[in-house]
Amino acid sequence: MQQMQQIPDVIKLIPLNFYVLFSSALFCIGIVGVLTRRNAIIIFMSVELMLNAVNLLLAAFSSYRADPSGQIFVFFIMAVAAAEVAVGLAIIVMIYRNIQTIDVGILNKLKW
Amino acid sequence: MSLVTLIPLFPLIGFLINGIGFRHVPKSLVGIIGSAAALASFACALSLFIGFSGQPEVTHLFDWITVGKLNISMSFQIDQLSLLMLLIITGVGSLIHIYSVGYMHHDEGFGKFFAFLNLFLFFMLLLVLGSNFVVMFIGWEGVGLCSYLLIGFWNKNSNYGNAARKAFIMNRIGDLGFLLGIFLIINHFGSVEFADVFGKIAEGDYESGDKTLLYITLLLFVGAMGKSAQIPLYTWLPDAMAGPTPVSALIHAATMVTAGIYMIIRANIMYSLSPETLEIVGWVGAATAVLAASIGLFQNDIKKVLAYSTVSQLGYMFMGLGVMAYSSSFFHVMTHAFFKALLFLGAGSVIHAMSDEQDIRFMGGLRKKLPVTFITFLIATIAISGIPPFAGFFSKDEILAHVYEHNKLMWVVALAGSVMTSFYMFRLLFLTFFGEFRGTHEQEHHLHESPITMTLPLMLLAVLSAIGGFFNLPHIFNGHASLAEFMSPLFAHTHSTAHEADASTEIMLMVISVAAALIAAAFAYFLYIIKKSVPAADGQESGLKKVIYNKYYVDELYDKIFVTPITVLSNFFHSVIEFLVIDLIVEGIGKGVKILSGEARLLQNGTTGYYIFAMVISIAVILAWSLRAFLF
Amino acid sequence: MLTLTLILFPIIAGLLTLASKGENAKTIASAAAFIELALGAYTYFSFVPDASTQFGLSYDWIHAAGVKFSIGIDGISLILVCLTTLMVPFIIVSTFNSNYTNANNLYALILFMQAALVGVFTAKDGFLFYFFFEAALIPVYFIAAIWGGENKIKVTLKFFIFTMFGSLFMLLALVYLYMKTPGEIHTSDITALYEVGQNLNPSQQGYIFWAFFIAFAIKMPLFPFHTWQPDTYVEAPAPATMLLSGIMLKMGTYGLIRILLPIVPAGVQAWGLTAIILSVIGIVYGSIIAIQQKDMKRLIAYSSFAHVGLMSAGIFSRTLDGLQGSLIQMLAHGINVIGLFFIVEIIQQRTKSRELARLGGITQTTPNLTVYFIIIMLGSVALPLTNGFVGEFLLLKGVYEYNVWIGAVAGITIILGAVYMLRLVQKSMFGITSRITEGFQDLTFSEKAVLFPIAFLVIALGIAPNAFLHITEPAVSQLLTIITK
Repeated sequence: MQQMQQIPDVIKLIPLNFYVLFSSALFCIGIVGVLTRRNAIIIFMSVELMLNAVNLLLAAFSSYRADPSGQIFVFFIMAVAAAEVAVGLAIIVMIYRNIQTIDVGILNKLKW
Repeated sequence: MSLVTLIPLFPLIGFLINGIGFRHVPKSLVGIIGSAAALASFACALSLFIGFSGQPEVTHLFDWITVGKLNISMSFQIDQLSLLMLLIITGVGSLIHIYSVGYMHHDEGFGKFFAFLNLFLFFMLLLVLGSNFVVMFIGWEGVGLCSYLLIGFWNKNSNYGNAARKAFIMNRIGDLGFLLGIFLIINHFGSVEFADVFGKIAEGDYESGDKTLLYITLLLFVGAMGKSAQIPLYTWLPDAMAGPTPVSALIHAATMVTAGIYMIIRANIMYSLSPETLEIVGWVGAATAVLAASIGLFQNDIKKVLAYSTVSQLGYMFMGLGVMAYSSSFFHVMTHAFFKALLFLGAGSVIHAMSDEQDIRFMGGLRKKLPVTFITFLIATIAISGIPPFAGFFSKDEILAHVYEHNKLMWVVALAGSVMTSFYMFRLLFLTFFGEFRGTHEQEHHLHESPITMTLPLMLLAVLSAIGGFFNLPHIFNGHASLAEFMSPLFAHTHSTAHEADASTEIMLMVISVAAALIAAAFAYFLYIIKKSVPAADGQESGLKKVIYNKYYVDELYDKIFVTPITVLSNFFHSVIEFLVIDLIVEGIGKGVKILSGEARLLQNGTTGYYIFAMVISIAVILAWSLRAFLF
Repeated sequence: MLTLTLILFPIIAGLLTLASKGENAKTIASAAAFIELALGAYTYFSFVPDASTQFGLSYDWIHAAGVKFSIGIDGISLILVCLTTLMVPFIIVSTFNSNYTNANNLYALILFMQAALVGVFTAKDGFLFYFFFEAALIPVYFIAAIWGGENKIKVTLKFFIFTMFGSLFMLLALVYLYMKTPGEIHTSDITALYEVGQNLNPSQQGYIFWAFFIAFAIKMPLFPFHTWQPDTYVEAPAPATMLLSGIMLKMGTYGLIRILLPIVPAGVQAWGLTAIILSVIGIVYGSIIAIQQKDMKRLIAYSSFAHVGLMSAGIFSRTLDGLQGSLIQMLAHGINVIGLFFIVEIIQQRTKSRELARLGGITQTTPNLTVYFIIIMLGSVALPLTNGFVGEFLLLKGVYEYNVWIGAVAGITIILGAVYMLRLVQKSMFGITSRITEGFQDLTFSEKAVLFPIAFLVIALGIAPNAFLHITEPAVSQLLTIITK
C-alpha cells in the first residue's frame, strides 16, 4: 500500500523532459517502423510501440500534475489496444490464409 | 343584334359550316351557303348605306384586351369610308363567290375553297369595320392568313406553297411596321380608337411636319407597302397568282391589296400633317407604277400580266394619296375593283376553256369561241387603259390631274406608266383573242364558253366597269363629283393643300393621256395584229428585254441579300456558335472537372504505406502550423 | 386548405398509380389529373380578383430555422396554377397511344411533377420555393432518363447538371438574404426576404441579381445558357418534353417575377438592360437557328427558346404591359408548345421519323390533323384572335416602351416566327407524300380529345384574354409599385 503511493514519487525522480524526449523517440521509432516495414505484423508492433509511447507520457504527466485521469486513460488505451490486437491479428491471419503473404505492399486492391 | 354585327357574322357562319362540315356538306349546298353568306352581307351593307345618317356610328361589342389604362375594344365603326369599302367587298365578293361555283366545280377541295373565301370576307370586313387600329390589324393579318391559305390552296405543288409562304412573310414585314406604328400611337395618344386619336389631332395641337406623326405615318406606310405590294415589298403579288383565279380576282386585285390605301385614307388627317411621308408615298407609288408596268410589257402568263398591272395600278392609287387626292384614289380603288376583278375573272374563264393553259403564246383567236368573255374582257381593257367613257378613264385622270398640279415630273412618270398599261393590256387582248389559235388540237377541241354562273358575274362587272366612272363624274362634264361629295366629311379636318386644276388644264391633260393610251393601243395593234408577231420562247430574249422579262432580277437580288445570308447565318449559328462556342465552354467545364478528377484519383494508389506517410506528413504540417508561435 | 389540396392530391394519386398496374394506372392517373383540373377550375372561379394572397396556409416546417411551409395563391400564381392543372391531364391522355414500359411509373412521376410545379407556383417562403424548384427536377429527370431516346443518359445528365449549377447560385443568394433577416431565429418568409433585399446597397443587389438571374436564365433558358434545351427536348420522351417546355420553363419566368424583381429592384435597375439585351439576342438567335432545323422537335425547341426570350425581355422592361404580356404569354405558350410537341409525337409514331426532309403530303389523308396543326401554328406565330397574339402584342409593346430600338429588334420575331413555323407546316404536311407518309392515319379519338381542347383554348384565349388579364392585373400593379418606388 505504501509502495503504491510512492509510485508517483518514483516517477518524479526522473525529470519530465526526459519522459517527453523518450516518448517522442519511441513514437518516432514507431512511425518509422510503420512507414518503412512491409510486414503486417511488424507494422502492428510498431503501432503498439506508438501507443505505449503515448501511455508513458500520459502516466508521467499525470503524476507530475497529480491528476489521476491521465492514468485512467492509460488503462482505457491498454484495453482498447488489447481488443485491437485481437481483431487485427485475426484479420492478418485471414489475409495470410487467402494470399499466403502478409506483405502490405501487395494489398493495394483499394486503389482508384 | 345590330346590322353592323351581322355583316361579318354571315361570312363567319358560312366559314364554320363549310369548314367544319367539309366533305360532309353536299357539294351543291356548299356553293349556295358560301354565296348566300356573301350576298347576305351585301344586303346588310346596302341597307346600312341607304339608311346612313352621315354621322359615324360606333358599335361596341366587347372589351378585348384591357391592360391598365389601355382598353382595346372589339368595336365597329360605320362611316362613309367603311360603307363604301363594305359595298365593294361584299358586292364584288358576292359576284366572285358565284363565279367560283362554276370555276371550282371540279375541284375536290370545293368546300374548303368556299370556307376560305368566306373566312377571307370575314377578316376583310373586320379590317374595314374596325373602329380602332388593333381591330384593323386583326383583319390586316387575317386577310394575310387567308391569302396564304388560298395561294397554297393546291398544296401538293411545293412551288405554290413557297409562293404562299413568300406572300405571308412579306406581308409580315409590313405588319411589323404597322404594329410598331400602333405602339407609337398608343404611347403618344394613349388610345387606339380612331375617334380618340383623330379627335386629338383635329383639335389642332399638331403642326404640319410633327415628328411623332411623321414616324407614325412612316411606320403605318410600311404596313401599307406590304399589304398593297409597293416597292420594295411587291414581289409576293405576282407569285400569288399560284392560287385559283377567283382568289386572284378577289384578294389580289379587288379587295385585300387595297387595304393599304384604305388605311391611309382612314388616317388621312395624320398623313396630311406629314408632308415628308406624303412625298415618300407619292414617289414610291410612282416608282411602283412605272416599274411594274414595264415588267408587264413582256410577260407571257396571262395572270402574271394582270398581276403586274395590279401592282402598277396600286402605284397610281398611292401616287394619288401622295398628292392628297384621297377621294380620287378611292375612286380608283373602286373602279379598279370592277375592271380588275373582271379581267381576272375573264382570264379565269379563258384558262378554264383552255384546260389550265395560262401562256398567251399558246392562245389566240378565242373571240369566236368565247364571245361573252371576249366582250367583257374588251370592256375591261378599255377601262383600265383609260379610254373614255369607261370607268378607268375618270378615276385615272383625276389622279393624273392632281399629280400634275403637285409635281410635273411625277406626272410624266405617271403618264409613261399609263402608256405602258395601255400597251400591255392591248397586247394581252390581241394575243389572246385575235389571230390564229396556237395551242394544241386537244385544247382547241375542248374550247367552250363558260357556264352561266361564270358569265353572269362577268357581265355584271362589265356593266360596272363601263359605267363606274359616272359615280364621280367631274364638274367639267357637268357631273356632281358625287363620290367626292359623299366622302368629304372624312376630310373635314384635313388641311388639304391640293388645289383643283382649272378646267382648261384638266381638259388638256385628259387629251394628252387619252391620246397616249390610244397610240399605245394602236402600236400594239400594229405589232400583234398586222405583223402577227408572237413573243419569243423563254430564254430567247436579249439585252434590256431579257432583264425586264426576268423582272429586273429583283427576286434573285432579294434572294442574295436576304434569304441566302439568313440561311448561312442560321447554319453558322447552329453549327459554329451552338456547338463550337457555347457547348465547347459548357462541355469544357465538364471535361475540365473530369480531367481534374482523373488526375486526383491517382493519389488513391491503394498502398497503405503511402496513405500513412501522407497522414504523418499532414499531421506534422498541421502540428507545425498550430505551434508556429512557439517554433518561430 | 385548397392550395394544400392542390399540392397533396397529385402526390397521393401518384402513389396510388405507382401501386396499380396496366390499364388501371391509366385510369387512375387520368381521373386524378381531371379531378385536379376541376380543383384548378374551382380555384379560378372562387378567386377574388384583387392583389391579395388567397387560400393561404402556413405551418412551421423547420421550427429552429424559422422556415415555414407557407403557401397561397395570388393573381400571378393563379395563372400558372391554371396552366399546370389545365395541361397535365392532356399530357397524360396524350400518352395513351404509345406503349411505355412500366407506364404506371411514368404516370406517377408526371403526377409528382405536377405537385412540385404547383408547389413552386404557390410557395410563399423562400426555402419552400427552392425546395419545390429542385423537387420538380427529380421526376422529369427520371422520365427523361428512363424513357428517353438513344443519348438519353448523356443529355439528361447535361440538363441536370446545368440546372443544378444554376440552382446553387440561387441557394447561395437565398442563404445570404436569410442570414440578413432580423431576429434570433431568422426567417425565410418571402416578404421578409423582399424587405432584406430591397435594403441592400446597389452593389450587393447586383451580386444577388446575378445569382438569381443565372438560376432562372438556365431554367427558361436564356441565351447563352440554353444549350441543354434542344438536346434534352429531342432526346426526352414526349411527355417529358411537354412538361419541360410547356410548364417547367415557366418556373424560370415565374421566378423572375416572384423573386428577382421584388427582391433586388436596384439590381434590376442596374442590370435590366443587360438582361433584356441577352433576351433579345436569344429571340433573334433562336429564331434564325430554327429556320434551318431539319428535326421537327429541334425546330420547336429553338422556337420555344425564342419565345421565352421575349417573355423575359417583357419582364425586365418592368412595364405593366410587359409583365401582363409575359403572364398571358406563359399560359399561351404552354398551350401551344404542348400542342405542337404532341403533333410531332403523332407524326413520329406513325412514320418513325421527325425529319422534315423525309415527311410531306400528310395533309392529303388527314384533314383533322391539318386543321389542328394550322390552328396551333397560328397561335404560335401570334396571329390576331389566337392566344399568341395577345401576349406578343403586350410584350412587344412593353419592350417598345422601355426602348424603341430594342422593341423593334424584338419585333423581328413576328417575321422570323412566321418563316420557321410556315416552313415546319409546309415541309411536313404539304407537298407530295413520301414513302413513309403514304397512308398516314388520321387522328384517333384520344388524339382528338387532346388536340380539340388545345385548339379551342388557342382561339378562346385569343378572343377573351381579359378572363386572365383581369386576374393578374391587381397583383402585377402591386408588384410594380413595390419595385418602382
